[in-house]
Amino acid sequence: MSKVVIKCDSVYKIFGAKAQKMLQEANGNVDAKTFQDKGCIVGVNNASFEVSKGEILVVMGLSGSGKSTLLRCISRLTEATAGKIFIEGVDLLSLSNKQLIDLRRNKMGMVFQSFALLPHKTVVENIAFPLQIKGIKTQETIKKAMEMIKLVGLDGRENYFPRELSGGQQQRVGIARSLAVEPDIWFLDEPFSALDPLIRKEMQDEFLRLQLKLQKTIMFITHDFDEALKLADRIIIMKDGIIEQLDTPANIVLNPETDYVRRFTEEVPREKVLKIEDVMDEISNENLSDFKVSKDSIIGHVANKILSQDKNIAVVDDSNQIVGTVNPSKIISTVFGGKRKNI
Amino acid sequence: MELLKKYPNLFQWLFLFIVFFFLCFAIDVPETYKFIRAQAEFVKDPNQVSFTVLGAEVRYYPFDNFWRLPPLLGWLPIWVNDSIVFLLEEWMPIEVWNEDLQEFKKQPLILILTRSISAFMTFVIELIREIPLGGVETIVAFTSWEWLDANPWAKLPGLPWTVVTAGTAILGYKLGGKGLGIFAGVTMIYVSIFGQWEPSMQTLSFILVATPLSFIFGLILGIMAFKSKTVEKFLNPIIMVMQTMPQYSVLVPALVLFGNGDHAAVIITMIVAIPPMILLTLLGLRSVPLEVIEAGKMSGCNNFQLMFKVLIPTARRDILIGVNQVIMVCFSMAVIAAYIGAKGLGWNLLLALNQLNIGVALEAGLCISLIAILLDKMSLAWANKQIDYFGKLTFFERYKNTLFFAGSVIIGVIIAYIGSFYLINGFNYLFEIPHNKGISTAGFWNKGVDWIFDTFFYSLKLFNTWLITEVLQPMRALFLRMPAVATLVLIIGSGYIIGGIRSALIVGGLSLFIALSPWWDRALVTTYMTVFGVIVSCVIGLIVGTLCFQNKHTMRFMLNVCDIFQTFPSFVYLIPVMMLFGITDTSVLIAVIVYATIPAVRYTIEGLRSVPTVLHDVASMSGVTKIQRLLKIEFPLAFPHMMLGLNQTIVFALFMVIIGAFIGTEDLGQYILKALSDKKGAGIGLLLGVCVAFIGLIFDNLIRTWVDKRKKHLGIV
Repeated sequence: MSKVVIKCDSVYKIFGAKAQKMLQEANGNVDAKTFQDKGCIVGVNNASFEVSKGEILVVMGLSGSGKSTLLRCISRLTEATAGKIFIEGVDLLSLSNKQLIDLRRNKMGMVFQSFALLPHKTVVENIAFPLQIKGIKTQETIKKAMEMIKLVGLDGRENYFPRELSGGQQQRVGIARSLAVEPDIWFLDEPFSALDPLIRKEMQDEFLRLQLKLQKTIMFITHDFDEALKLADRIIIMKDGIIEQLDTPANIVLNPETDYVRRFTEEVPREKVLKIEDVMDEISNENLSDFKVSKDSIIGHVANKILSQDKNIAVVDDSNQIVGTVNPSKIISTVFGGKRKNI
Repeated sequence: MELLKKYPNLFQWLFLFIVFFFLCFAIDVPETYKFIRAQAEFVKDPNQVSFTVLGAEVRYYPFDNFWRLPPLLGWLPIWVNDSIVFLLEEWMPIEVWNEDLQEFKKQPLILILTRSISAFMTFVIELIREIPLGGVETIVAFTSWEWLDANPWAKLPGLPWTVVTAGTAILGYKLGGKGLGIFAGVTMIYVSIFGQWEPSMQTLSFILVATPLSFIFGLILGIMAFKSKTVEKFLNPIIMVMQTMPQYSVLVPALVLFGNGDHAAVIITMIVAIPPMILLTLLGLRSVPLEVIEAGKMSGCNNFQLMFKVLIPTARRDILIGVNQVIMVCFSMAVIAAYIGAKGLGWNLLLALNQLNIGVALEAGLCISLIAILLDKMSLAWANKQIDYFGKLTFFERYKNTLFFAGSVIIGVIIAYIGSFYLINGFNYLFEIPHNKGISTAGFWNKGVDWIFDTFFYSLKLFNTWLITEVLQPMRALFLRMPAVATLVLIIGSGYIIGGIRSALIVGGLSLFIALSPWWDRALVTTYMTVFGVIVSCVIGLIVGTLCFQNKHTMRFMLNVCDIFQTFPSFVYLIPVMMLFGITDTSVLIAVIVYATIPAVRYTIEGLRSVPTVLHDVASMSGVTKIQRLLKIEFPLAFPHMMLGLNQTIVFALFMVIIGAFIGTEDLGQYILKALSDKKGAGIGLLLGVCVAFIGLIFDNLIRTWVDKRKKHLGIV
């Protein structure tokens, strides 16, 4: 396992005047209903997880599930009521205001659902803003901001005001701004929710392209299950502040742990989510077809070719080493079969 | 019973009016009752009754308590006055080193405080004033008169008017491009060649101190109120009263505390200009989206950066409206403050109006208005200015404005110097065109006024007499005929029906305060004039606004006209009406109507504009005619917003009614003016102002509560 960058340990966030006291009385056993009766709203309920370096962790949940609150606890935009949060081993909640500002200036970037651009600044000024806040010379920040503009493909629009841009373009500015300080940790709070479906798809691809290049540690919030499946290394599914399941997309689709999660996975076209490696068998010494597939291929993309073979097919990794085999009939049963426990 | 359940409100109103009229008819006018006697006048009359509270004797004519309540609060103005005097002259004496006597002397704290503030203000005003006008006060402040006598070279003249004009034009160009540059230049040239240079610069120096100070204090207080609920709760009632308090009434206490002169004028202007600035700052900061704040935090802003680089710029729109308000108030105060010795255009305007020299007044008024518009546009342009990071500018391009200005200084000074050799009648026109020595159109205007008088005398007089005898007198009589109890019942009842117990208590308390003050009759007159003005303004505003709304261009044109008219200082409105109607109530009322129509029109247009376009489409698809759409869809939906306009209209009308006291009315305003020349007037002036403010607040509370309820009902919040 690579290095852990973000670590949450029993994080609670409860809104309301008596939150602290009630939490102590509840003794770790928080029930949203009883709390609500006494005027407290449970935002995050006992969240524990880790995010490793370079990983995309997507937090998925419907509105009111506490996903944004969780993110705000980790970025300390709101103070967690209880629990511990570690950023690269440092206890976030013990940081002084000054240390926190330092951390945000150098380590964290965040993208917002409504873009949250400064209306009085042009594109280039918006992107240069976090750098200027750090006290870097104006000319240098502008130079850096221009690089970021190129990165997100907004060349030629640097002197536009946010109001003159389309939604997708505005969010590109938001992304560029959050990346301007070259943070290690990247928070995205429903960044594409306010965009049209086509633009959203384009931005998702753009996001994956950027991540391939930048290798940030990412927490990505969304209410769109398909988006979560497409982008995530691992997914957290939240409901009423509780983490229902934390797993890889494939495992969530194949083995939903609760009924709530199952309701999401039922409608998911599996061939578009699962990769060959999720359904492959161990290497065996049988007669293999000449055709080989990469273990990272999405089933839907290669199904046609696999199904045209009679024999089992070899699965190879990046270095063309055979790591397993896959049977055409298994593809059919995975895609069309019912809820199978184990593959 | 069915009907009663269906329209409960209607029956409540009906019941209220029945009670009201019953009271009106049941309570007779006492035989001894004569209007005009404000009840606590200090004339000894055996018919008066008297009582003493806190050492202040209150004398009044007793009536039936249902007819007029006794002035139980009559002691308050005297007490307030005594308190101010006590604070100023006796409270907390501390030892101060006296330079002249070379010894420590005891002086009361407040006196020292007000004196130091006055001295500071005077210094700053003089500093700015001496740049265009010349003078030695500033140099003396740093050295001494002896030093100056020894070094006569230090008596520098001010800058020639050509230089100041060029500088203003260049600044205008730099901030807002060619248009603003030309406008700035033309304004300054106009001011100069019409011989208004000196008073204009005096007014300007006073404004250039008052405006930034009001802006800064308003901004700081607004930020504090935004950060702390306690501060907001503390400031809120003060702001509410200050916003509806007539500017006259603050003059008197300021006069007592700070004395006579420009410094007092600046202080009083600040007192009047700061509340709207606080309010708009707060409004702006509140409307900044949460995510923008979070984005600022995540960019690593500390508290200071978050406030000044994220919150305030994002709230810029509202804050700019605040600046605009501040400038407006400052210019309108520039005239009113002339009463306590502010020099400049305002003083000239007042003087001219007093002498009924309409032409001169018109010129001064035009100057004030032009400078006001110029300053307003410049501040707007400054706030909207953009920085260009990419232009590769040559040295000349980068510093051309500075170079041009330096050039204009040299050329202007040389021209002025040459001019000094060709003195024309002893005046160097190239240095400064003296007051009354420029071109003047006053004669033309005065002749025009005479002509209007000669030509239309009969029709004007006919209209005037008709209005006074047929409309105003009866209306006034009706208002005065209301027994105090009936009025109170009407106000409290309306409060209860509109906003429940809470509203009833608030408006009841406010009206009771006025009823128990010695000025109930005067307050009724003020209310009658305001109500008359408001009704007419609203009718005009509604019609004009609706008509202009039908076409995009007329709408924009009208909004611009409103903007410009709003920039005129309120006193300026008195000039044309005095031209036409002389010194009568009609003049005041017409000024009121013109002034109050501005918000009426503006809010009508904005209200209609706030109706969602979707609903227009819905209406069109349902096949309505234009009139039907207006009556069935646009008006009902725009109504809450329009009612807020009514609120503004009332405040504007109230202001103008009070200012109308200058022409001669019989209401509260007249008493405030009287208090100005009264040695013990501070308390009276202040409390009269509070009474006027309370009249405004009663209307304000009723309308606002109704609007909030209505908006909730319609689902537009």
